[in-house]
Amino acid sequence: MDVEKIQRIANILRLHVIEMTVAASSGHPGGSLSAADIVAVLYFRVMRHDCKNPVWADRDRFILSKGHAAPVLYAALAEAGYFPVDDLKTLRQLGSNLQGHPVYKKIPGVEASTGSLGQGLSIACGIALAGKIDTKNYKVYCMLGDGELQSGQNWEAAMLASNYNLNNLVAIVDRNRLQICGDTEEIMAIDPLPEKWLSFGWNVIESDGHNINKIIAAFENVKTFRTGPTVIIFNTVKGKGVSFMENNAEFHGKVCNKDEYARALTELKRLI
Amino acid sequence: MKLAQRNYYGKALTELAKTRRDVVVLDADIAKSTKTSEFQKIAPDRFIEVGIAEQNMIGVASGLAISGKTVFVSTFAVFATGRCWEQIRLAVAYPKNNVKIVSTHAGISVGEDGASHQGLEDISIMRSIPNMVVISPADAYEAYSATLALAEYKGPCYMRLGRGVFPIVTEEGVKFNIGKAKVLREGKDITLIGTGQLVSTCLDAADVLKARGINAEVINVSTIKPLDTKCIKDSVSKTRCVVTAEEHSIIGGLGSAVAEFLLGELFVPLIRIGTNDTFGESGRAEDLMKKYGLTIENIVKAAEISIFKKNYGEAK
Repeated sequence: MDVEKIQRIANILRLHVIEMTVAASSGHPGGSLSAADIVAVLYFRVMRHDCKNPVWADRDRFILSKGHAAPVLYAALAEAGYFPVDDLKTLRQLGSNLQGHPVYKKIPGVEASTGSLGQGLSIACGIALAGKIDTKNYKVYCMLGDGELQSGQNWEAAMLASNYNLNNLVAIVDRNRLQICGDTEEIMAIDPLPEKWLSFGWNVIESDGHNINKIIAAFENVKTFRTGPTVIIFNTVKGKGVSFMENNAEFHGKVCNKDEYARALTELKRLI
Repeated sequence: MKLAQRNYYGKALTELAKTRRDVVVLDADIAKSTKTSEFQKIAPDRFIEVGIAEQNMIGVASGLAISGKTVFVSTFAVFATGRCWEQIRLAVAYPKNNVKIVSTHAGISVGEDGASHQGLEDISIMRSIPNMVVISPADAYEAYSATLALAEYKGPCYMRLGRGVFPIVTEEGVKFNIGKAKVLREGKDITLIGTGQLVSTCLDAADVLKARGINAEVINVSTIKPLDTKCIKDSVSKTRCVVTAEEHSIIGGLGSAVAEFLLGELFVPLIRIGTNDTFGESGRAEDLMKKYGLTIENIVKAAEISIFKKNYGEAK
């Protein structure tokens, strides 16, 4: 899919995120909006996948370790044809498969249950190891929140990934610099981030997480590394696309009120 | 005859290494102790050393299971369940992934290493997780057959094994049925329900009771979850009093599982033998078993009290 179309889809995903979370009266819009461009590039350009055969053995896998960004994943899966877009409005409701955090096997295309931060990269390592054992060519993409990197299990997984030369594994950091209580560097500093990953034996790419061309280029760059796992640190803006939500930690886990909702829809529809 | 359960776990893994291409084994730097090293020797390409990182081990196991593997992970009971409980909950149990957590060094008979290494709460914390099967074999033969049964079963399981050598109380080569308890000795006066190496202690206690004119029925509950409630109810309906015995805390273990079931079914005296809300300490295994009350004498005494209560109520 070409760049313009992907940009449009990314903003459609954002619109879904706002509509879904408002319909649910809960959820995590901020980190869903920051991830929207990257997720759109993955599902509509980078990954080999087939909505008609979600368990295709050779598909690329996407693990959303920052499971609270479920709305943007659900929106992408629906737009990619995994289930009807109409289902999105059932988010977080009793009986819906669209649980507050992604649940494996509940929805086609969801590869693992996540939501407890710090676990996704380990699961992604397991899938990547299985790919090696079975001599498959698929790639495993795992999206991590930046605040999530405060959890030690990530670094256990990071160590394992380089130790086993998992060059079929790509970690993606949504570096929006905000977590629920504020600035990541004030709560528990994770910088210098590239150096941390480098010292764990990873290839490191840094890029702009809101420029579709640059996001595509970053994923292209992964191919230049023959050995070792690769991390792409995407610099992003929490709440991206809705002016009053941008760089506002409040919207990590809070949804728009009625007035805000109307403003958000106006702003996003202008982009589509 | 006495044999170590973990050696027979290693043997069963060797068998699986040869017969099951889908089996992958993970360990956290103690493969020589847990005996997963036996699998590593035969199938090094399907053995994954994760280092001293149990939380990651569970996540990696989850990813392998999602990819169609039958995954065994092993380390000591304390670390296999406690260090990574929440990882087991979300990444293994909730999605029903095909991961078998097989711990060794369960219980107080770990001995000299002391409380930090003596898993006395593992049954309790594993049993409370939905979808989780919990197995505690009585001896080495059962550890072997249960390992093969785990490989056949699709879904999350926890199995605990001891460190030392335990008396053999079952027959070699018998198929293990997950969820089935077994009456090892029939009796009409009291039901002794044991798990792990305490099954053997229950059998010895039954001998002592026999000499005193009491016929004890002895049940080996090697699957603690799902509990074989039929077997227990059939026995207790007849004997009307119970003693449970386990090398585990009386909080949340076999005794609790039996009590929870019987509470809604039969009003009978029940006494639980296990560690009594306490940590262990360093010492020789047999001395610790004695100090913490996991003895033939204690089971006999509990049985006599239980029978007394059945016959005369609470009055002393």
